[in-house]
Amino acid sequence: MACYLTTGKHMSIYTSVFTVLLLLAITAPVALAFGFGGATAARSPLAPLRWFGKSYIAIVRGVPDIAFFLFFVIALDQGIEYLRHKALCRDWSEPIRQGNDFVVCQAAKMPLGDAPQWVHESYGFALAVLTFAIVFGAFAANVLFGAMRAVPRAQLETAEAYGMSPRQTFWRVLVPQMWVYALPGLSNLWMVLIKATPLLFLLGVEDIVYWARELGGTKTSRFTDYPHGDWRMWYFLALLVFYLIFTRISEIVLDRVMQRLTRGQATAGGEAQRKALA
Amino acid sequence: MSCLETIQAYGLRAVGIGERLLPREDFTLCQQFTLIGSGMIWNIYFGLVALTFGFFLATALAVGKASPNRMLRKPAEWFIFIFRGSPLFIQFFFGYFLFLSLKGVHPFFDAFTAAWLGALIVLFLNTAAYSGEIFYGALLSIPKGDTEAADAYGMTGWPRFRRVIWPTMLRLAWPAYTNEAIFLFHATALVFFSGFPAWQQRGDALYYANYFADKTFNPFVPYPILAMYFIILTLIVVGIFGMVNARLNRHLPQNVQKKLRIRPNLIR
Repeated sequence: MACYLTTGKHMSIYTSVFTVLLLLAITAPVALAFGFGGATAARSPLAPLRWFGKSYIAIVRGVPDIAFFLFFVIALDQGIEYLRHKALCRDWSEPIRQGNDFVVCQAAKMPLGDAPQWVHESYGFALAVLTFAIVFGAFAANVLFGAMRAVPRAQLETAEAYGMSPRQTFWRVLVPQMWVYALPGLSNLWMVLIKATPLLFLLGVEDIVYWARELGGTKTSRFTDYPHGDWRMWYFLALLVFYLIFTRISEIVLDRVMQRLTRGQATAGGEAQRKALA
Repeated sequence: MSCLETIQAYGLRAVGIGERLLPREDFTLCQQFTLIGSGMIWNIYFGLVALTFGFFLATALAVGKASPNRMLRKPAEWFIFIFRGSPLFIQFFFGYFLFLSLKGVHPFFDAFTAAWLGALIVLFLNTAAYSGEIFYGALLSIPKGDTEAADAYGMTGWPRFRRVIWPTMLRLAWPAYTNEAIFLFHATALVFFSGFPAWQQRGDALYYANYFADKTFNPFVPYPILAMYFIILTLIVVGIFGMVNARLNRHLPQNVQKKLRIRPNLIR
């Protein structure tokens, strides 16, 4: 059994767990940045910027996320290749879209055709991260937009009364105060993000779902030392348990953080904590 | 082929009526609209049926989780925890392979490996767990006065639940439940990407959108069409749930009634 679980292929499923963790580690801050940008744009005094921010939030929330995942991966890939094509091959005369084909010159291929395997893999992974960040950025923008509006109006008026410029009010008063209001939404989003990671499989990244299907499938003794029947059910059961443990731990940690943040706040939660102590 | 003919040929393609072969070349806009729209039949079917059955199980789960009886509470808690704590995508895979192995044991499980039943069961259990948690939250926030009034009238057991607790629970849970419904419809798009095979290329809207995107290598047409369909579906769901919400709240003074706030910001 121990031998079976440490074959070369099983090692790849363990590393793919790290792929998932890496994705989470990169996506979470990037999506937060996107969300911050989106929320700031949505409350901008400049009308076109405001429309952009609001429609970004609205469209991504109205459509299934999986559709976006499938869409952005191709769209981003083609967009990058299109731009590179325009920049690198100026004397190319044929149209890029020829019927059902998307043709760019060799130099504009992304990644280059002769690039090593790992470049292809990390390019695919980077596209996946960007896609996740765009989609989750919209959700985060929604949460932050709500949190910015939840900051008591009197706080902002006080800042104005002190003669702060709008920019100073935003950075020194609004942003530091909004996090308490944003945290429940953001922690919810984090759980959602964890549960969205298996969708990586659809983006063509060799993640745990891919390996669970590979390894669980029926094996005959011709190809492996450990022949077995269709074990995919058990592999997915293991994944299910993995995710359950992961979300449970996150839940506990986020609860602690919330406890810590509400301490001394003038909210119902903070009041309850004060009463419990007294 | 004119657009009308295309609609005749492919309008019900997703349920197996009409042309057998999907278009292979010279994809027209009309074909894309028709086929993706025809795929929406599956999305609506999954969403509607899972939501209907899930509603009853969710009520049972909420009551179970709020029950003082350990024997009732623990199973409900575990059920909700398992289905809410793991990704729906993995649940689909697990369900599919589970049914596949059961099929080997007994031919009774044949139908379960098909999407129309197998995926429906997974969606049903999943939505029951999510709505169960929503209803449970609402159950806890029923105003004390309401139950006391019921007690004062001498109501007990079933009449008390049916006439006081249940309507109030629904009223309080409805905004969140609307989000869950929207969300469930979005989740139906996962079905054919998670193990369940699209038999004879009868798939849902995303399946066809993906088909066109693969064939034309142009995502900028099929996915926006899909998005349009889903936004329309979302608006319809919001409209219907809004009407139910108005009915649930009809005894309240009009200016107190809370408007539905639609914030579908959850994914499974």
